Amino acid sequence: MSYVPTPSQTVGPFFSIGLSTLCREKIECGAGEGERVVIRGRVLHSDGEPVPDAVLEIWQASEAARGDCEDETSARQEKIPAGFGRIVTNEQGEFQFSTIKPGPRSDEDGLTHAPHLAVVLLMRGLLRHLLTRVYFAGENANDEDAVLKLVPPERRKTLLAEPADDGSREFFWDIHLQGQRETVFFEA
Amino acid sequence: MAKLPIFGKVMAGTQPEYLHPDYRSSVKRAPTRPLILLPHSLSERTGPVFGQDCVSPNDCDLTAQHTGAPLGERIAVSGRVLDEGGRPVRGALIEVWQANTAGRYLHKMDQHDAPLDPNFSGCGRTLTDADGHYRFLSIKPGAYPWGNHANAWRPAHIHFSIFGAGLLSRLVTQMYFPGDPLLALDPIYNSISSEKDKQRLISSFDLATTTPEFALGYRFDIVLRGRDATPMEK
Repeated sequence: MSYVPTPSQTVGPFFSIGLSTLCREKIECGAGEGERVVIRGRVLHSDGEPVPDAVLEIWQASEAARGDCEDETSARQEKIPAGFGRIVTNEQGEFQFSTIKPGPRSDEDGLTHAPHLAVVLLMRGLLRHLLTRVYFAGENANDEDAVLKLVPPERRKTLLAEPADDGSREFFWDIHLQGQRETVFFEA
Repeated sequence: MAKLPIFGKVMAGTQPEYLHPDYRSSVKRAPTRPLILLPHSLSERTGPVFGQDCVSPNDCDLTAQHTGAPLGERIAVSGRVLDEGGRPVRGALIEVWQANTAGRYLHKMDQHDAPLDPNFSGCGRTLTDADGHYRFLSIKPGAYPWGNHANAWRPAHIHFSIFGAGLLSRLVTQMYFPGDPLLALDPIYNSISSEKDKQRLISSFDLATTTPEFALGYRFDIVLRGRDATPMEK
């Protein structure tokens, strides 16, 4: 027996009523192992105009079982599962989140994945959410990444967060919905 | 580690296209380049698992979040969350939000000239039980005007956000009410091409879940992408 998935509809402009309680900017809490990084960016229209009403949901998959963690940035002290973050863009279209940078991964199917985070993007105007990934520029493993290899070389940089020059462990990643620098979005 | 769910392809035509020019906001926000087909890895086949800690017992009762009762027609919205194999999805997090009975959202960007209700915030949350069941108590939301085209009105709806077994199960949608004359005119609802698939978004009036002297019952079943990989118990 096969059931057909329910159709998607837009999240609309008033999602914060329902979605803000489980917002969180800290993706991976961990016990200090690994490198803590901050990713900042903006969601933009093709003309550079900011998108002030987008929701990003970040998923950092991991083989290891992890406990829940609390975070002062969530609206209530909910035990939001580790590895998950939800961020709403501000009026300038800006977002930021932090995590412990994931390592490279080889899955059971033999495919190699460079350090990355899965990103679900929701907003008014999107009848279905968009799916993308953010990688870290300069990682050696990027050259061997099974997904980046599927992306035309000239568009790969849209998926790479660029490190700050000052060595602060901050990365910058803008999402362009359309235009010359349109971010690569996936169908899965 | 439990077996990860299996995800097939999205059946063509069952989901809206990103670009649907009748819905004006899609024009500037839909991707213009072809999407790239992504192999399903751990990043897509797993997802956050929300526990009871994320939900308070009263979160599923939108009529009991203030000192008084909200105005409007009291409704009980319930249903099951199933996967593509027809199995119940247990522990699925459902978040809902909606306008009040006058068609006004408790949101600073909502400029509709209709009253707010001090006894209604319009926000709820729950987890499905072991059989995939959920239930919310609320009031029927009102229709409201929006700027998409001249004299545009959204049909009454409740927004649903659901997390299932993996990231690819993620669903955000809207539940509508049967017999609403605004459905035929609504570009968001009509972004779905087939009549049969549209019908999946319309709840059904249900006498069995109608509480006598108290609330009308509406049923809304949800199917998420994915299929459980563990064999069915005998």
